[in-house]
Amino acid sequence: LAHGGGGKAMKDLIDDVFVSAFATDTPRALEDQARFDLAALAAHGDRLAFTTDSFVVDPLFFPGGDIGKLAVFGTVNDLAVGGAKPLYLSCAVVIEEGLKIEELRRVAQSMAAAARRAGVTIVTGDTKVVQRGACDKLFITTTGVGVIPAGVELAIGGIRPGDGILVNGLLGDHGAAILAARGDLALETEIESDCAPLHGLIDAVLKAAPATRTIRDATRGGIATVLNEMAEASGVAIEIDEAATPLREEVRGFCEILGLDPLYLANEGKIVLAVPPAEIQAALAAMRAHPLGACAMLVGHAHAGEQGRVTIQTAFGGKRIVDMLVGEQLPRIC
Amino acid sequence: MTAMLARDIADRRDSLQIRVRGRVQGVGFRPTVWRFAREYRLDGEVLNDGEGVLIRVSGPRGEIERLVERLRGEPPSLAAIEAIELSPFVGRLDEGFRIVESAAGEARTEISPDAGICAACAAEVRDPFSRRYRYPFTNCTHCGPRLTILRGIPYDRASTTMAPYPLCADCAAEYSEPADRRFHAEPIACHACGPKARLVRFDGRAVSYEQHSMLDDVDAAMSLIQKGEIVAIKALGGYQLACDATRAEAVARLRQLKRRDRKPFALMARDMDVIRKYCAVSSEEEQALRSAAAPIVLLDAPGPQYLPESVAPGMSTLGFMLPSTPLHVLLFRRMGRPVVMTSGNLSDEPQVTDDAQAAARLGTIAPFALIHDRDIANRVDDSVVRLTAGKVRVLRRARGHAPASIRLPRGFETAPQILAFGPEMKATFCLVKDGRALLSQHQGDLEDAATFDDYRKNLALFRDLFDHQPQALACDMHPEYVSGKLARERAQAQQLPLVEVQHHHAHIAACLAENGRPLNAPPVLGIALDGLGFGARTDMRGGGIWGGEFLLCDYRRFERLGTFKPVAMPGGAQASREPWRNLYAHLMAEMGWAQFAMNFGELEIFRALAGKPRATLDAIIKGGVNSPPASSCGRLFDAVAAALGICFERQAYEGEAAMRLEAMVCRKTMVEEGDELAYPLAIPNLKGSGLPYVEPVAMWNAILGDLVLRTPVGVMAARFHKGLANVLVAMALKLARRAGETGPRFETVALSGGCFHNRVLLEETTRRLEEKEFEVLTHAEVPAGDGGVALGQAAIAAAHCMD
Ligand SMILES: [Fe+3]
Ligand SMILES: [Mg+2]
Ligand SMILES: [Zn+2]
Ligand SMILES: [Zn+2]
Repeated sequence: LAHGGGGKAMKDLIDDVFVSAFATDTPRALEDQARFDLAALAAHGDRLAFTTDSFVVDPLFFPGGDIGKLAVFGTVNDLAVGGAKPLYLSCAVVIEEGLKIEELRRVAQSMAAAARRAGVTIVTGDTKVVQRGACDKLFITTTGVGVIPAGVELAIGGIRPGDGILVNGLLGDHGAAILAARGDLALETEIESDCAPLHGLIDAVLKAAPATRTIRDATRGGIATVLNEMAEASGVAIEIDEAATPLREEVRGFCEILGLDPLYLANEGKIVLAVPPAEIQAALAAMRAHPLGACAMLVGHAHAGEQGRVTIQTAFGGKRIVDMLVGEQLPRIC
Repeated sequence: MTAMLARDIADRRDSLQIRVRGRVQGVGFRPTVWRFAREYRLDGEVLNDGEGVLIRVSGPRGEIERLVERLRGEPPSLAAIEAIELSPFVGRLDEGFRIVESAAGEARTEISPDAGICAACAAEVRDPFSRRYRYPFTNCTHCGPRLTILRGIPYDRASTTMAPYPLCADCAAEYSEPADRRFHAEPIACHACGPKARLVRFDGRAVSYEQHSMLDDVDAAMSLIQKGEIVAIKALGGYQLACDATRAEAVARLRQLKRRDRKPFALMARDMDVIRKYCAVSSEEEQALRSAAAPIVLLDAPGPQYLPESVAPGMSTLGFMLPSTPLHVLLFRRMGRPVVMTSGNLSDEPQVTDDAQAAARLGTIAPFALIHDRDIANRVDDSVVRLTAGKVRVLRRARGHAPASIRLPRGFETAPQILAFGPEMKATFCLVKDGRALLSQHQGDLEDAATFDDYRKNLALFRDLFDHQPQALACDMHPEYVSGKLARERAQAQQLPLVEVQHHHAHIAACLAENGRPLNAPPVLGIALDGLGFGARTDMRGGGIWGGEFLLCDYRRFERLGTFKPVAMPGGAQASREPWRNLYAHLMAEMGWAQFAMNFGELEIFRALAGKPRATLDAIIKGGVNSPPASSCGRLFDAVAAALGICFERQAYEGEAAMRLEAMVCRKTMVEEGDELAYPLAIPNLKGSGLPYVEPVAMWNAILGDLVLRTPVGVMAARFHKGLANVLVAMALKLARRAGETGPRFETVALSGGCFHNRVLLEETTRRLEEKEFEVLTHAEVPAGDGGVALGQAAIAAAHCMD
């Protein structure tokens, strides 16, 4: 692809990649803006949820997914963790000159497939081509609109001592898959990104455990970062148990070789939930009954300790501080 | 006539004010003055005030002078006099001599540390006719607990964990009698009024008849140890776990239950005779063992008798201490064998201090516990020292040392109050006040939640004890140290300036401060060798991770003149745990796999490395995936140890590979073999920055060659240490020269960083540098390792604040 003026032909070509991929039965896509029927939206609930996120990932294609799928599910999940039913997405694409049109087509089709799977419609979008070096291959920004059903009240500040901390499955798959794909690490690994839309699972949990305090997707910075945000926002301490932390044997081995802490690895299909004691079992059962929550675990509890502190009870019996990282994982041992 | 005149002058009555500075409060100084003054029939008074002890005295000039001489010659054993100043006193003094209750503002930079039992108290507890016969909490002004029982200020009984024990009439009489050795000794007690020790079972069941002793529970505890049991002991600064060190089975069981696989155990023995069966003890070492601080002393263990290998696997030394509390003295009365006396904890947790915790944490390890009902207010670990190059060096500064203060050098008199938060592992923190530095006791690894809680509790305690109001804070530059994060948070909340100090600069500044190097002295060459520290981000010639640095520095600034070769740490922190990773990274950096395979394919380490996921390692090193380059001397030690088959797979504790490598060093080779066989390390310049660096390629070829020749490991270890010492000296000489200038760039070299806990390296380097006529500064009072970093941070921050 050539950048800039490339002429109308080029612009049309690119637009065509997306328009044809996202083609819907309605003529909305031809207008400059998407238009919604408010009454139809209101039928889903009583509050609108609105979120946006930019996606940059190297490589664009990796085991278990690609940047397009990530861009759809990422925004769908950002809506879903607020308890919203995701409905519409927009998609803005920045393309580095030189990207192959086939690759772009693959991404667009992947986005379309992801949107279908998630039951959302991509209703508007934009594309720009920039000169070489001005971006890295392809950046995608998706914005999502959803509706929160009446009665659903999730708040990160609402965690109380005694609440259970749950995750819906094996941690670190996405981060490990990306690293493995990126560096040609010569690892015979089958690890795939866990990239998945979570609103169905969340819906099921909220039905079974309506008093759930908060839900967060554990993307960048992993569960360690989410737990720190939760502890901080709610003014509680959170302790998790190393033995109860669900990890794929392969990811464990991967982290061992690379010297990484899996708690900080990114996920794209994992949520962390804080659930009051009375509903922990119900939430667990509901998750385990869902295909995306088969390996759900109760990993720890909130307690009234040092506010904002997250610790992990290690296999050796010690309690290690799991801090929010300022930068990358850096060795500290002197 | 002259004689009469002299006598006349000596007889003439005089009134003088005597100011005594130093550690003179809470150590029985006033009663000592009182005793001497009464002996010389002087009139006057003595009191504590904000500057120390003040004596106002009236009497014959000669007698007053004699009083001063006595104070200098026979001060109370825990006192440390820094100055005695005399000035005339005008004013009336009543007849007789009295102790005045403390004036406002006690000195707040001197609190005496916990001190081992004195000879008089030790004799009392052994004397069946003494009222303190076998009383485990006997103490006096000259000995006993301090920091370990201190809850707050002021330092009196009410603010210690002795508060629940009101003095009986006998003890009260001793407390208020100036002539008594227990005058104003806050923690005194006796059978009648004080805490009691008892033997219990952690499982809550009663101690059965056959587990009792005719004597008392303390004695019974030792009987159990003698029978092979593990017994938990509530000691001074925390719980300990004890077992008979001569029983391999008991030692192995303790290791297994405590989940401590190889880290050496500390030992306690009744007396020097027992220690001498296993160790060679010099007079300096004996003095250290017997000192009031009563530290663990690392001693060469050449026999004639040997303890099971599992006591200190792979070490050529044993860490012994003598009983320093009456409880331990009594415990050891009938024990002629060494006893393992290790901290009461699981694996890497901090030592337990709390009774409920003890039952929960230690109950699975020790069926029995010798406990008592005096609370431990502050966890204070055993201190560890070692004699190196003729000086006793503190490796871990804790019980018996903290919270004694260190006088800062000339130029720091007007330093503002500073709080330095220290590093992350082996952490201590440091307060600056009144020109003095107060270095906390060893806190441990702050990533451990309980240790970090303790650290914060101690920050608050020291703030209160020393009435400290910092005007600036200091911390390490490392972005992820929890101590640094806390410092940044506090600086912001309290609107205080924060000085972020480069790790190795702090190491060197600690060495300068300890050695009294004045603030404005010319810069020195600091050689800081350790595992790793965060490199200065602003330094265009570096950044990244450092750990073998040659810094031209004073307290204010540093310039990085040289370094060790930056080699990748594949797997980041994992490379600090697994020495083979460093060996692999070094060999790949120097020769690559093909050349290594071709020339050294028959070596054991070739086979071992061939079995590793090499392709992955290559990829992460090349791709920079969690494989930061580090100019680390510690990692070089690890790599060499791995090459020699020491801790190839894994270190069970930090520094194990380097310690075992040192323990292997063949003394004969050190003394007799010429330097030409020492491993060669060159000093080329780094590409790009032009920074001179230590290049180990020739060393690796020599090591691999020696492995092919099946050279004994001890010989190779010696050649490595010598080679390393040589290159440090060569670097110092190279850096000292300045083109076109007369005179060297520096005349003094300061050695710091954890690698200088290595005796062979420190002795060899010091000797060789001194042969080249450098003045060499080394650590003694303050650890060379990260335990000293806080002092360096504090000095650097103080220097910044005064500019
Ligand atoms: Fe260090
Ligand atoms: Mg997001
Ligand atoms: Zn005494
Ligand atoms: Zn008494």
